[in-house]
Amino acid sequence: MRAYLLVARMWLRASLAYRTSFWLTALGNAVTSALDFAIIAIMFLHTPALGGWTLPQVAFLYGTSGMTLGLADLAVGSLDQLGQRVRDGSVDTVLVRPAAALAQLSADRFALRRVGRVFQSTLVLLWAVSRLHLDWTPGRLLVMVLLLVCGSVIFGSVFVAGGAFQFFAADAAEVQNSVTYGGATMLQYPPTIYARELVRGVVYGVPLAFVNWLPAMYVLGVPDTLGLPGWFRFASPLAALLCATAAGLAWRAALRSYRSTGS
Amino acid sequence: MAPVLDDVHPPCPPPPDSPPRDPVPPDPVPRFPALGLYAAVGWGSFRRYATYRAATWSGAFTNTVFGFFIAYTYRALWEIRPHLGGYDLSSALTYVWLGQAMLMPVAAMGGGIQDDLEARISNGDIAVDLYRPVDQQAWWLAGDLGRAGYHLLSRGVLPLLVGGLFFRLRMPAGGPAEEALTWCCFLVSTLLAVTVSFSLRYMASLTGFWLLDARGVRQVTLVLGMFFSGFLLPLTLFPSALGQIAQHLPWAGMVQIPEDVFLQRRTGSALLAGLGLQLGWAAVLLGAGRLVQRAAAAKVVVQGG
Repeated sequence: MRAYLLVARMWLRASLAYRTSFWLTALGNAVTSALDFAIIAIMFLHTPALGGWTLPQVAFLYGTSGMTLGLADLAVGSLDQLGQRVRDGSVDTVLVRPAAALAQLSADRFALRRVGRVFQSTLVLLWAVSRLHLDWTPGRLLVMVLLLVCGSVIFGSVFVAGGAFQFFAADAAEVQNSVTYGGATMLQYPPTIYARELVRGVVYGVPLAFVNWLPAMYVLGVPDTLGLPGWFRFASPLAALLCATAAGLAWRAALRSYRSTGS
Repeated sequence: MAPVLDDVHPPCPPPPDSPPRDPVPPDPVPRFPALGLYAAVGWGSFRRYATYRAATWSGAFTNTVFGFFIAYTYRALWEIRPHLGGYDLSSALTYVWLGQAMLMPVAAMGGGIQDDLEARISNGDIAVDLYRPVDQQAWWLAGDLGRAGYHLLSRGVLPLLVGGLFFRLRMPAGGPAEEALTWCCFLVSTLLAVTVSFSLRYMASLTGFWLLDARGVRQVTLVLGMFFSGFLLPLTLFPSALGQIAQHLPWAGMVQIPEDVFLQRRTGSALLAGLGLQLGWAAVLLGAGRLVQRAAAAKVVVQGG
């Protein structure tokens, strides 16, 4: 943890050296993620509901998806550039330092500008909650908090697993974008619009459905039309635990197989 | 006493019949016909991108996954509102998959030459480039066209094939002549789309001469490009005034116009108007890029002098 903070602070100071660029990128990061919401808003100009969900409900999905991905991206998102370090052999430097490799590599090129997405998603989430007039029972509050924590852990695990994958396929970094950014895009829309096989894939395969779809059904009181077991709505911590364990194991296996570059 | 050096190396006698000297000293680089040189640059760039097979496959995979996600959202919307924005369901789905196919070739999210150019500006290697007896803009344009060609063949085809397998897409229809014409016009329109996109990215990267770090500007241009190109949603779905304006901006030439050419929503005079708009913006933006380039080159101070 200390190593993480030290490396992160170093990169933070480095990025603040170019101030104009830092603020433009932070703003750009927020606006880029706001684009997706602009698209959703434009879609709702033409229809009152999408897949049976109203605009505030979809905004809730959008906000939670963006926040959890944004937090995970902020914390460990740098792992998606790990392939570069594997290619040029600079992982060696990391391994000889007396600190956890995962902490050092997660903080590598730490980019505070990514907070832009978190900030923008939070605004949308707040707007959605204010429009939904939810009855905030203790149960709902608890599930809401769990949603944000477990969702971030699940996305974070995907980043870690993706980083582990890059030890083997340094060039194939983009595959994990389809799960992280692609997954977050998918979670912005209600599960009812997708094909049944796809939904099954993200419940039983890569359990992204536990990030926000299932807990949101409970928080928003939306009936489940997917025919999943009822307790799945509260199973996000279990899914997060499974993900984190799997990602941790994958990371260890990958690190052990690291062979550095040729000569 | 004669200098020692002269003893060791007696001066060579002049060659028997030395050719008359050119008034202009010969070029240090072998003279390609200009077009041949840029073709070689483009081909080199094509091959360079073709080297990274794993990257290509993983990128095409990602485009395909995104294609699925977006196609489902479009399907949900068009099932409620058939013929929305002038597209029927299968046109709208084709719009999604073709958009994914064109994303990398036209670099709607930035990239391509930007990565190289920005790195070379910030680490100073650009000074070497400025020495080359070539036109900078044409050099980079050739490289970008080579890259786009490779991306069109590799990352364009797979998403379209998979999309066609799982959804009913609308391919150019009509007689064989009309189909051939549509495909040809689509390719021309895509070429112009890459050129428009290049000229915007080139200018964005050149701001690095002043800001040293062009990432911020790049992010801003990315946002504008994603939104106003029609990549995320057809521009006809935008609120009316905004949509009207957006259809005449340069970004429309990056995705919206090639898509409409492919979907045969632009035929006859509308087709010519669309291609003309692309051509016009390409000319204007390339011209503006040259001005920026001149100002930037005047600003360069190479270390040590």
